[in-house]
Amino acid sequence: MSAALAETAHSFLARYEGLRDHLPGDGAARQAAAAAFAASGLPGPRDEAWKYTPLRALTEIAFHAPLAALADARAPSALLPELGMPRLVLVDGRVQPDLSVLPDGVHISGFAAAPEFGALPGGGRDAMAALNTMLAEDGVRIEVPEGVDAGVLAVISLASEAAHHPVDFHPRHAIRLNAGARLTLLELSRGDGVYLHNPLTELQVGAGAALVAVRLQEESHSAFHLSGTYAEIADGGSYELFLLHLGARLVRSEIDVTLAGPGARFALRAAQALGEARHADITTIVRHAAPHCASRQSVRTVLDGQARGVFQGRVEVARGAQKSDGYQMSQALLLSPDAEMDTKPQLEIYADDVKCSHGATIGELDADQLFYLQSRGVPRAEARGMLVHAFLAETVAALPHAGARGLAESAIAAWLGARPA
Amino acid sequence: MLQITGLAASIDGKDILRGIDLTLPQGEVHAIMGPNGSGKSTLSYVLAGRDGYAVTSGSARLDGADLLAMTPDERAAAGLFLAFQYPVELPGVGNANFLRTALNAQRRARGESELDAVQFLKLARAATKQLSMPDDMLKRNVNVGFSGGEKKRNEVLQMALLRPRLAILDETDSGLDIDALKIVAEGVNALRGPNFSALVITHYQRLLDYIVPDRVHVLVGGRIVRSGGPELAHALEADGYAAIAAEAA
Ligand SMILES: Nc1ncnc2c1ncn2[C@@H]1O[C@H](COP(=O)(O)OP(=O)(O)O)[C@@H](O)[C@H]1O
Ligand SMILES: [Mg+2]
Repeated sequence: MSAALAETAHSFLARYEGLRDHLPGDGAARQAAAAAFAASGLPGPRDEAWKYTPLRALTEIAFHAPLAALADARAPSALLPELGMPRLVLVDGRVQPDLSVLPDGVHISGFAAAPEFGALPGGGRDAMAALNTMLAEDGVRIEVPEGVDAGVLAVISLASEAAHHPVDFHPRHAIRLNAGARLTLLELSRGDGVYLHNPLTELQVGAGAALVAVRLQEESHSAFHLSGTYAEIADGGSYELFLLHLGARLVRSEIDVTLAGPGARFALRAAQALGEARHADITTIVRHAAPHCASRQSVRTVLDGQARGVFQGRVEVARGAQKSDGYQMSQALLLSPDAEMDTKPQLEIYADDVKCSHGATIGELDADQLFYLQSRGVPRAEARGMLVHAFLAETVAALPHAGARGLAESAIAAWLGARPA
Repeated sequence: MLQITGLAASIDGKDILRGIDLTLPQGEVHAIMGPNGSGKSTLSYVLAGRDGYAVTSGSARLDGADLLAMTPDERAAAGLFLAFQYPVELPGVGNANFLRTALNAQRRARGESELDAVQFLKLARAATKQLSMPDDMLKRNVNVGFSGGEKKRNEVLQMALLRPRLAILDETDSGLDIDALKIVAEGVNALRGPNFSALVITHYQRLLDYIVPDRVHVLVGGRIVRSGGPELAHALEADGYAAIAAEAA
């Protein structure tokens, strides 16, 4: 680990030492995570899983704990969209009851009030997960009772600039759908200024339950978003994730899904759109642990400027997980010669009767399509914008909620409008 | 009107057009006929401004303005329209949105007001109806999953909406059955008038029964080897290009 990474890791550990007696929940779990984090440090260039996503930029910033109490006037309500649905709002990683509107038929609590770390495989297996376990102060807990269709619920994370210096927050979320339950989640993160948002979400989808999640990452272009999602899907359950990386200076979404019971399903439809020297990474691990499970992953990435995109997808099929069906596809559009896409598919298959495939394409805008549009009178810059929009359109059109589609549309339009022609 | 003088162009150093002279007066329709590979599409692409062609000499003027100095979208705004021999598919771009964007871009370039969605749809529905096209053609992605004939009709729909001063139709008739051919011809004939001229590129005399040209030019080996009245198309049909080319040589 470089000296700079070590120094940043050390400052997080020092924070933990200072706070440990005040942090909620199981002190032993935190202590174990702190020990693991002290040993591993922040992921560095020698860490195979982080080879394409260096955290160097993180070390240039002196992060502080967010303010404990947020004065009302400081709440970044301008960032709060009017979605007409129940919502749980966090500001700087802390649940804000005043800004939240609770749903019916669902059990909601906050991590601060009912801290529980859940059964993360291996505890602090991953350095960022360990960091989260070590420093988590709050988060949301959602439980949908058996057979209940809970409709749509938004979980909105806002970052304020209340502290006037860069802050880091590590919310801990737990979402559980009991057997046959249904929920559509709209997960939105937004903010102003420089900060690190390192949320960790543990998901449990029960037998025959269905979770649809639309995750719109629209963090400030100076912010870091490093998230971990650990999902376990029981037999006949499904987790459908729509993931859009539209903001942040550096983002990595790590999605770890275990298809634990026969017939469990996972689907990821993702899009990333970025320019300048920004960085976006989607890293997935899908474990087919039972027979007759299916996973489908499709990621579209548009890169401009010196931006860098990453998609790493690992599919593991366990011995005995026969009739597994795994598919993954990465398509990237490079708008500039300085942009770079790294795609790394990995299949680890220990069963013999399976259907798994992957594919990847990287290309530029099509010259014939551009000329066709121009020949109809559309100026070149506008024609380029139309084709970029078209590349992302399928993913946006598939979003299962009109409000979410609207937010994604306007974020993409804003990005296209701000791009140099 | 269009005035092409001594136009020569090459692709990758290979000479394709070898000195074309052609004057298309305002209000007239001229046909260009010629064998495969004679340079008909190259001529249309050079006029529309596609990348990859080096114009080595000559000029092309539309209403006196230097076409070759303009970008493709400027040429379109100046009134040029090319119906592609092979229309391009645009996955993810809805046909209605495509047409409205194109129309409004041209209106903007000419300093005219843009049409809103309602105004546009009214125009577009009228045009599809006139061309006997199903309305759902507007909802689909541009040319995606269209049959060959539908793609050609979609070109004519674009022409009908954009109302160019000069249309170049590059083998818009090939692959069409007789009913579709009549629709294409009606599309062109509906625009005919003192402010519209067209270059109709075709292999077959058949289309020229429905779009009767003022003049016919024969393009062979990158040169216009003969020009004449509509009867020239019939002679070509009877004797073939070889005879005409030999005669001209
Ligand atoms: N992109 C290209 N690269 C190289 N040669 C080309 C290209 N396009 C056309 N040509 C050549 O130019 C000549 C004229 O082609 P084209 O204009 O398409 O003819 P036509 O439309 O009359 O059939 C042909 O010999 C063809 O092979
Ligand atoms: Mg041709």
